[in-house]
Amino acid sequence: MASDAPCLDHTASTEGAPALIAVRNLVRAYTMGPHTVRALDGVSTEVRRGEFVAVMGPSGSGKSTFMNLLGCLDRPDGGSYHLDGQEVSRLSADELAVVRNRKIGFVFQSFNLLPRQSAQTNVELPMVYAGLDRVARAEKARAALAAVGLDSRGHHRPSQLSGGQQQRVAIARALVNDPVLLLADEPTGALDTATSLEIMALFQRLNRGGITIVLVTHEPDVARFAGRVLIFRDGHLVDDHRQEPEAAAP
Amino acid sequence: MNPLDSVRTALEALRANPLRSALTMLGIVIGVAAVIAMVAVGAGARDQVLRQIASLGTNLIMVGQGSIARGGVKLGAGTASSLTEEDAVTITRDIPGARIAAPSVRWGLQIVAGNQNWGTVLFGITPDYMDAREWTIEQGRGISDEDVAQATKVVVLGQTVVRNLFGGGDPVGQQVRVFSTPLTVIGVLSEKGQNTQGQDQDDVIFVPLSMAKRNIPGMAKSNPRFIHSMVIKMDEGADMEAAQTQIRDLLRQRHRLIPGQDDDFWMRNLSEVAATRDASSRALSFLLAAVAAVSLLVGGIGIMNIMLVSVTERTREIGLRLAIGARRRDILVQFLIESTTLSIIGAGVGVLVGIGTAMVVANLAGWPTLIQIDAVVLAVVVSGLIGVFFGLYPARRASLLNPIDALRHE
Ligand SMILES: Nc1ncnc2c1ncn2[C@@H]1O[C@H](COP(=O)(O)OP(=O)(O)OP(=O)(O)O)[C@@H](O)[C@H]1O
Ligand SMILES: [Mg+2]
Repeated sequence: MASDAPCLDHTASTEGAPALIAVRNLVRAYTMGPHTVRALDGVSTEVRRGEFVAVMGPSGSGKSTFMNLLGCLDRPDGGSYHLDGQEVSRLSADELAVVRNRKIGFVFQSFNLLPRQSAQTNVELPMVYAGLDRVARAEKARAALAAVGLDSRGHHRPSQLSGGQQQRVAIARALVNDPVLLLADEPTGALDTATSLEIMALFQRLNRGGITIVLVTHEPDVARFAGRVLIFRDGHLVDDHRQEPEAAAP
Repeated sequence: MNPLDSVRTALEALRANPLRSALTMLGIVIGVAAVIAMVAVGAGARDQVLRQIASLGTNLIMVGQGSIARGGVKLGAGTASSLTEEDAVTITRDIPGARIAAPSVRWGLQIVAGNQNWGTVLFGITPDYMDAREWTIEQGRGISDEDVAQATKVVVLGQTVVRNLFGGGDPVGQQVRVFSTPLTVIGVLSEKGQNTQGQDQDDVIFVPLSMAKRNIPGMAKSNPRFIHSMVIKMDEGADMEAAQTQIRDLLRQRHRLIPGQDDDFWMRNLSEVAATRDASSRALSFLLAAVAAVSLLVGGIGIMNIMLVSVTERTREIGLRLAIGARRRDILVQFLIESTTLSIIGAGVGVLVGIGTAMVVANLAGWPTLIQIDAVVLAVVVSGLIGVFFGLYPARRASLLNPIDALRHE
């Protein structure tokens, strides 16, 4: 695959174009009474534009903590995080909200759709906070739903959709503001194998379209579609390797 | 997020839970309705009192025969007989602003017409008295100066007396008797209704002052010029306090009272009576409004309660909104609009219910009610503020949530 060649050139990542994600010595510690848990204990890495990265590791190793920091949903207790050249770990709450809104799309294991709203309205939500008018919103939401293969389901509520369809709606919502980075924390964790494969095929297609993806998974079957795998253990990044991504069936 | 979207989002959230929204509003509905209805009842009562007071005339001073003290023992009102027609004449002459000083005598008695008889109160008066107390004639004529000068045996009847003696018939020209003195009915007074104490003001008869003194047994005293009381009508805007002081000084001087000696007359200013009655009706209105305001406050606390529940329940939704780019202000505004919408819609319904209640009370209980526009406006504004005030704490709590904590909330 043509797009694979630059991705494999890991050592070259510090040269050339600046990395999309650059974290240095990232620390996140939780204090629970007398105990302090260092959920992330000095993680440094870089991710360049166009990469498709899978994050793996045992339960409790800090994967979600890492993703939440990347997604600007949480702030580190130490270290730095440059996103698209901007140091974001010291931004105010409202500045972070803007970053989340414009630069990042986040996909959750549990979809997190608003249950009483239609798929269309759910997808429109990030554009509401971006201040787009109704007409533009409706148009872009329809396009995003079409991009994830849900053209005709816009008026359905989440409860009227299958798990896979709900996750597609969530992905459409994550994509609708044209972010540079798509983050997904176990997006297939609640789905069966066949549906998981469909979702991975979708991610691969989106990645080929140019968007950078970082995705957490427990399943090697899912990780094999990524071009690079990060492995966490006890809050440390213990392995970082590139691989030839397997092409998912369309 | 633009304001229209904020409103739309808030309305959708309220629509998502219609029963709860309605029940939350109920508190405000009851509060606002109570304020409007209670204020209407209070204002109606006050208006009635004020109208009675106006009919009484606030620029009137009543002076009556007082008590005389013998050896330190007061003998009761009316035991002195020093008040005279000359006192009245002197007052109109010497007291600035005193337009009328109308003397009168008063006697409770039986009046007989044919085989009917009725206990009433007779007033021996001059035409001035009718002016001062603003009596008007419905039929026939009133007491004239000639009647007084010649002590003619004529009588003017109050409506209650007419009803009891003549039924529906026309009494003018008929003969009646008091203490075996035959009198000719020359007129009928217009109806006045009850006074502020609830007494029937139409149960009276008027005769010429001179005739009363001559023909009513027991009325003849040592001094033929004596009177029981007089009504003094001051010019509009006259200083009533000053006038009373001047009248007191004048009468004490005329009655040769030495300093230290008690007055041998009493004096009453109707505006004082009016002031106390007005004050008590004002207190009643205030009390009613206060009770209603408390219920409005309770409605506000109900809103806060539900908004807090709502924030807790929708923590994940708030987390999601924050995660996809909502700013703290967006969340704050959304919840504030929700609470304010609840209170404003509640207030709107409350206005209708309140006005309805006031009308039902007026019809069923027969109380006068007066819907006060300022109370309506105030109740709506206050409940809007209540929505903001009681929504602020829950909304702030929602907006300060950390996105990841909110998303993890179970
Ligand atoms: N809010 C929190 N408060 C306290 N400790 C926390 C909190 N969130 C995470 N932790 C701790 O941080 C560590 C890393 O948690 P994290 O959720 O990142 O693991 P994970 O790799 O995503 O695990 P899993 O695969 O089960 O999702 C764990 O030990 C966890 O107990
Ligand atoms: Mg996790």
